[in-house]
Amino acid sequence: MSEEIKTFKVTIDNITIDVAPGTTILNAARQIGGDVTPPAMCYYSKLEGSGGKCRTCLVEVAAGSTADPRPMPKLVASCRTTVMDGMVVKNITSDKVLDARNGVVEFLLINHPLDCPICDQAGECHLQDLSYEHGTEGTRYEFKRRTFEKEDIGPLIQLHMTRCILCYRCTYVADQITDKRVHGILDRGDHAEISTYISKAIDNDFSGNMIDVCPVGALTDKTFRFKNRVWFTKPVDAHRDCENPKCCGKATLWLRGDEVYRVTTRTDPWGEVQSFDGKPGWICNTCRFEKKKTSDWVVEGLTTISRHSVIGANKYAKLEMPKDTIKEVLDGRDPKLLMDIHSVSGVNNPEIYLSELDRPAHIEDFAKPTEHKLDKPGQPSLLNEEKK
Amino acid sequence: MNALTNRAKPVDRRKMNFMERIYLVAIFKGMMITFSHIFKKKPTINYPEKTRPFSPVFRGLHILNRDEEGRENCTACGLCAVACPAEAITMEAAERQPGEEDLYREEKYAARYEINMLRCIFCGLCEEACPKDAIYLSETFAPSDYQRKQFIYKKEDLLIPHPLKQPEEYKKALGNKVKREKAN
Repeated sequence: MSEEIKTFKVTIDNITIDVAPGTTILNAARQIGGDVTPPAMCYYSKLEGSGGKCRTCLVEVAAGSTADPRPMPKLVASCRTTVMDGMVVKNITSDKVLDARNGVVEFLLINHPLDCPICDQAGECHLQDLSYEHGTEGTRYEFKRRTFEKEDIGPLIQLHMTRCILCYRCTYVADQITDKRVHGILDRGDHAEISTYISKAIDNDFSGNMIDVCPVGALTDKTFRFKNRVWFTKPVDAHRDCENPKCCGKATLWLRGDEVYRVTTRTDPWGEVQSFDGKPGWICNTCRFEKKKTSDWVVEGLTTISRHSVIGANKYAKLEMPKDTIKEVLDGRDPKLLMDIHSVSGVNNPEIYLSELDRPAHIEDFAKPTEHKLDKPGQPSLLNEEKK
Repeated sequence: MNALTNRAKPVDRRKMNFMERIYLVAIFKGMMITFSHIFKKKPTINYPEKTRPFSPVFRGLHILNRDEEGRENCTACGLCAVACPAEAITMEAAERQPGEEDLYREEKYAARYEINMLRCIFCGLCEEACPKDAIYLSETFAPSDYQRKQFIYKKEDLLIPHPLKQPEEYKKALGNKVKREKAN
């Protein structure tokens, strides 16, 4: 036996696990995984100092430690409370916790607008998932909701302050990942809002990561804005050699046919950015906003989507299309179509490339074929590249 | 093999006698049934001059709703399309421009909206899925046509008439929906 590493034994919902001292209850629960893990809206393991704000991760500590087995008098935020040896934690086995969580969700939804049909985050929104599990159908709030004037924070990121739940994750991104902080929280309490100072545009190389970090639709990709719903796009894992040394180059492409509609970081099961070799895989703005061609990327395969997610709905589980045998059977003749849908339909026109627009689409964009930018002579087929 | 029910009748394969062979009796019996129907109530109606009342749950051709100011309700959220079991609904979304506030109710709207009536099975799941009160299955049949391309219904074909500009057409398009809502 090598030297013994001191570990703490902690029991969460009757499941016992040994973790290193200094681990928070939330991270210990994540090591167990499954339903035992408390949800977290503000805590982000890759961002130092995050957590402790949203209170969705509240748990009950039934016994503090072996030395002092008294229960903690109040529910504690599991993302900020470290484990003690012999600690007994109750999460979903405690009615008190579930009741408190329902209350927290109700609080979070007080000022959150019900504009999921418009919001680009719908389908991958953590608040949406949370309120499905813990929220009530209606609201008891009778007063005017908090709204903000729309603010333009640059050509790449769309800020919807009304949707913000003040988790502060994006300001930690600005602090820790980008080298010059230009955006933060202004004012206090109910008036607190995320803003860039004097609407200063965010032009940092890694500012796009705050889109992925945002648990709600407050920060969304402007180049993807309204182009399509998340669940109609197909996520694939891809990588490219990025010139930026800080960029990991590994991303998820959200495809519609052969078009890259959106590029995001890869996510782990907790909805956070995946780590590669112990480093979080942030991607730079060039990869995220400018590389919207399949030829820019090397596609590795389909992204695994939880089967409970709407994103996996109505999708084939394979990337390669099955071989078309009709022509072979007909001795090289093409089958006679009774109607080519593209000759009638105005939707999904193969001559319109929404991915080449760096703004939301307007109605005129669907009237005529897209004029290609000089450096983008159409979209090469992903499937042909696969075969090579 | 045992019969599942006791209702099965074995086929009578005896040789027919003279009366049965001339068929006159059987024909007469059959004609009496036909004749008796003359005095019964007619189950058919003279469609299209006369129409039957629709059941309150009837699901016919789709309409895209407008609000009372005539703005389109649809925000192209895609819930009808993802709910559609026949994958008949497709759409393209666009952003509302300044000055178009009287055309579209929300920030996002459907620039193109199509229902392929060849695929549609009139199940009404789109109506159930819609969070914006935008799509309804009306009390109209989908008309027949000679060409397939006539069955790709675009937004112009589906939109309800403008309630302020074409109030009469709007009222007609609403059909019995209003009455039903009042009854509830």
